[in-house]
Amino acid sequence: MKNLFKHHETYVLLVIIVFSAIITTINPNFLTLENFFDLAKSYSFIGILAVGVTIVLISGGIDISFTAVATVGEYVMAVMVIKYGGNMFTAVLLVAVVGIALGMINAVLIYFFNIPTIITTIATLNIYYGILIVISGGKWIYALPDWFRNFADIRLFTLRTAQGLEYGLSIITATWFAIIIIAWIILRYTKLGRGIYAMGGSMNAARRAGFNIFGIQMFVYSFMGLMAGIAGLVQALLVQTVAPNSIVGKELDVIAAVVLGGASLAGGSGTLFGTILGVTLIAIMGNGLTLMRVSSFWYDVFIGLVIIISVGFSAYQRREKVKRTILVEGE
Amino acid sequence: MTDLFLSMKNISKRYTGVKALDRVDFEIARGEIHCLVGENGSGKSTLIKIISGVVKPDSGARIEVEGDVILHHHSIDSILKGIEVIYQDLSLFPNLTVAENISLSQTIASRSKIINWRRVREISEKAMARIGVHIPLDEQIDNLSIADQQLVAICRALTSEVKLLILDEPTSALTRKEVESLFTVIKDLQAKGIATLFISHKLDEVLQIAEKVTILRDGKKIETLPSRGLTDEKLTFLMTGEKMEYSRYTIDNRHEEPLLEARQLSIQGNFRDISFKLYPGDILGITGLLGSGRTELAEALFGMNPFESGDLFIEGRKISIKSVQEAIRLGIGYVPENRLVQGLVMNQSVAKNIIITTITRLLNKFKLIDPEKRQRSITRWIKNLSIRIPAFDAPVHTLSGGNQQRVVLAKWIATSPKVLILDGPTVGIDVAAKSSIHDIIRDLAGRGMGIIIISDEVPEVFHNCNRIMVMHKGRIIAEFDSTVTTEEEIQNCINMAS
Amino acid sequence: MKKYKHSELIVLGAVMTALFLLMVVLNPGEFLRIGNLQTMAFQLPELGLLSLAMMVTMLTGGINLSIIATANMSGIVTALILTGAINPEAPPPGAGGIILLAVAAGLLTALVIGLLNGLLVARLKVSPILATLGTMTLVNGLAIVTTRGYVISGLPNAVRFIGNGVVLGIPVGAIIFILCAALMALILNRTPLGFNIYMLGSNPVASRYSGVNNTTVIIKTYLISSLYAGFAALIMLSRFNSAKAGYGKSYLLITILASVLGGTSAAGGFGRVSGLVMALVILQVVSSGLNLLRVSSFLTITFWGVIIILVMVMNFFSAKLKERRLV
Repeated sequence: MKNLFKHHETYVLLVIIVFSAIITTINPNFLTLENFFDLAKSYSFIGILAVGVTIVLISGGIDISFTAVATVGEYVMAVMVIKYGGNMFTAVLLVAVVGIALGMINAVLIYFFNIPTIITTIATLNIYYGILIVISGGKWIYALPDWFRNFADIRLFTLRTAQGLEYGLSIITATWFAIIIIAWIILRYTKLGRGIYAMGGSMNAARRAGFNIFGIQMFVYSFMGLMAGIAGLVQALLVQTVAPNSIVGKELDVIAAVVLGGASLAGGSGTLFGTILGVTLIAIMGNGLTLMRVSSFWYDVFIGLVIIISVGFSAYQRREKVKRTILVEGE
Repeated sequence: MTDLFLSMKNISKRYTGVKALDRVDFEIARGEIHCLVGENGSGKSTLIKIISGVVKPDSGARIEVEGDVILHHHSIDSILKGIEVIYQDLSLFPNLTVAENISLSQTIASRSKIINWRRVREISEKAMARIGVHIPLDEQIDNLSIADQQLVAICRALTSEVKLLILDEPTSALTRKEVESLFTVIKDLQAKGIATLFISHKLDEVLQIAEKVTILRDGKKIETLPSRGLTDEKLTFLMTGEKMEYSRYTIDNRHEEPLLEARQLSIQGNFRDISFKLYPGDILGITGLLGSGRTELAEALFGMNPFESGDLFIEGRKISIKSVQEAIRLGIGYVPENRLVQGLVMNQSVAKNIIITTITRLLNKFKLIDPEKRQRSITRWIKNLSIRIPAFDAPVHTLSGGNQQRVVLAKWIATSPKVLILDGPTVGIDVAAKSSIHDIIRDLAGRGMGIIIISDEVPEVFHNCNRIMVMHKGRIIAEFDSTVTTEEEIQNCINMAS
Repeated sequence: MKKYKHSELIVLGAVMTALFLLMVVLNPGEFLRIGNLQTMAFQLPELGLLSLAMMVTMLTGGINLSIIATANMSGIVTALILTGAINPEAPPPGAGGIILLAVAAGLLTALVIGLLNGLLVARLKVSPILATLGTMTLVNGLAIVTTRGYVISGLPNAVRFIGNGVVLGIPVGAIIFILCAALMALILNRTPLGFNIYMLGSNPVASRYSGVNNTTVIIKTYLISSLYAGFAALIMLSRFNSAKAGYGKSYLLITILASVLGGTSAAGGFGRVSGLVMALVILQVVSSGLNLLRVSSFLTITFWGVIIILVMVMNFFSAKLKERRLV
């Protein structure tokens, strides 16, 4: 039991339970499977990005450029499938190639020129986004193919509410879950994954131990790029429009969700479970406020308070831990 | 010596203009415990880097391991030959568990890309069993003591077929008891035929454990000697080429009013009932093991960690010190234990580091820093303490250890303190530079300052202090007048306690 | 004794000169027109003041993500008081006093937010990026709640003068910026606080052991940062002629780029106001020059990104060169 309270995740989980209880007493519609499936689907976009951000943070870096990568990915994909046709497979391939390529550029700059990751990725955010807007002229894309429209409605299984409304596990949500499982396996059970933790814990020691630092960084930023690409695709599926200016600007929101889940910006710590909880917390707060008929104006105030209290609390805990004592005779 | 493990002949290494190593011959036998000593810059670390394959020697060198000539020397070759180095920083991963850290080399070396957690535990358990230690496998490294971390690093080295273990300054962060158990481990390894080469600054330890000692000076090998029959003084002479004169420090000052008087100072969990008087001109030594509460006491006197009960008087006036700023105002200075982290802002200039304590005294009438006063103060202290620097705005890290410590002294002397507390004033400093630091300290005492030296080197306090207190588990357990005691008596007192 | 050269400032100066000349050549007769130079001087102060607000926290090894939110909140408070008390069509007598009061209230709001940041970072030891991410979200939320998401407009003419007026051919905003930059340089180079900011930024442990009161220094730093965000709020208020939550959001990351481009170390302890000013001029020259060439403003941000990477790469090589010379 004592061990349990050493983990940041426990506290986040408690907060989630308390929030859920409050929301449910005010509006019982919150605690329905239908609402949950719905919520999971609409937060897959942030959820997928958060997986990438978690891995970057564990490796001791930070990535700001992912919103631009996601935008570029979905835009290129939309333009190509409209112009040349294709299917879901080509769409995934396109966003993956774009995402990984842009992520690799980040990794190369970070590794070879030793530029702080935050600076590199702020710069590339502006570069990727600027070029996209200039080339696209900022035009929105609406005329997505039918198969693209239909794909978004696929459910792995379907249930029915008492009123006869259909709901179920969307393929989009399933994709998010699959990504979490894959990322978890990589982090937990592969040499590469342990290398990411090791590098985040101590870059020097990792280098001396013989880890391939360039390889690991390449993976971390390409994986972030891949996640961004897929998230871009998911966003396009969810809203069925591709708007170049709808994603950029949300980078700090995603990072906030990950940080709420306990990943440290100093690197080396953080878990996917924590990240899921962070995203969940953000999701039920947004959803809960709506269900409790609180004006959406209050959304940021609540999120801000939760962030400040959460980071303040864990900082306070860390400070208590540092206080040292020695054994004094006669005490 | 017939059973040679490593033999190196004619090893030279030249870095643009500087000869780090000059035609050094060096050998280690199987299962030997060998120690490498020398001042900073004598070429110790270059030699180790060549052995471990990180650095290539200049041409003409010949290195044989178990009779095989090594041509293309890379670090992986050394590892394959059974040579493992444990650097001073241990190169562990603070965020990973004990088991993962120990098994890491094996994980990286294995061809499989998948982690087998059962094997990770097996490897770690086996390595720990080899030296008979038990550290919880799932504990995270940053929750362990330095001594346990070191054992983890040794276990990691033992996961491969190690034949020569190289330890860089292994004892610098350990308490006496921990050093003893480390030495037991090294002896244990010796019984298994594993040789150990270690670098140390602490000569008494060198003489205790090593069978052979190799002395380097200015990149040249002076001699390799069996440790039996060697003494501290002899080793110091071989390392520096100079005979050290040890004079004792005595003073008659008891008739004066004490500068500082402590009555029963206590902080729960740190120290208890500490009482002493410090007279003008005193150099009071406080010794005892790491963790005896001596640093905590110093930090309390300096206002970093205010004491909870007891009384403190400065020149007869009762005071309480709640912050560092207050301590400085009352005339207390503190040279902390860790120069690199606590003592100096390494990336900033010598000039800034010197004036950091007195910046508020260098203002003009508009409360702005007066460039002239600033420059005058900097020049004065650089000159007074003969600090050798490449430039005023050269970062402190470009200076030698001895000069860095002078910068720390300068910034405290600049505050014209009444009481100066020095925690480990000569840690990691060359023997020659050490004695000049001691001269500065005596000179300050001679001018009426009250000085407290905290050190775990008994010879240091014995030679430089007129009074010595021994701390143990947060209490003062003995006090000696240096004119009527011996080094052995103090050492025995410490050993008896632990 | 030889001097340690500030090679980064030299690189920066060279880049600045080269880009300036390039823009003069690309826009013959146009770039050097008084009108264009004046436009540049109108545009620079906003980003300039915000960048100063960012830079000072970066010097302590921190960061302040809440500067934009602070500026907006501060502007909203000022605007609410002004629009409540003064009818722009018929300003009542004593309007000047009300304007001063409104400005003071705005700056006070900024200081309160700065104090919150300072306490979180200095007392609770929250990492600055997280603390200010939290206050950013919170303050932004409060701004939305107070304005219900609407634009507050209808400000008296005197306020519009701050961002749009000209004195002796020089835009008032530019004068404010120059004064604020000079004040910042004075604080950093000539006061004990500034001295301590650099030392603490390099090594907070050593500064504490040297008698620096880290807590006060950090709190003061975040207060200064917020105050500068408040100054920026005045200029934004008057240039947009209104206040709203969410104005100038895209500036946030650019201020970090400008600081780093100006030689401020992301790890703290190093950086000068002169470098930052040069960096701002570089960004402005590129932006105005490309604008004259009728290039999309989005290509401008691309160029900004490219420039920062190029400068970082140049610094990387010059540091490497220096190292080789030292060995």
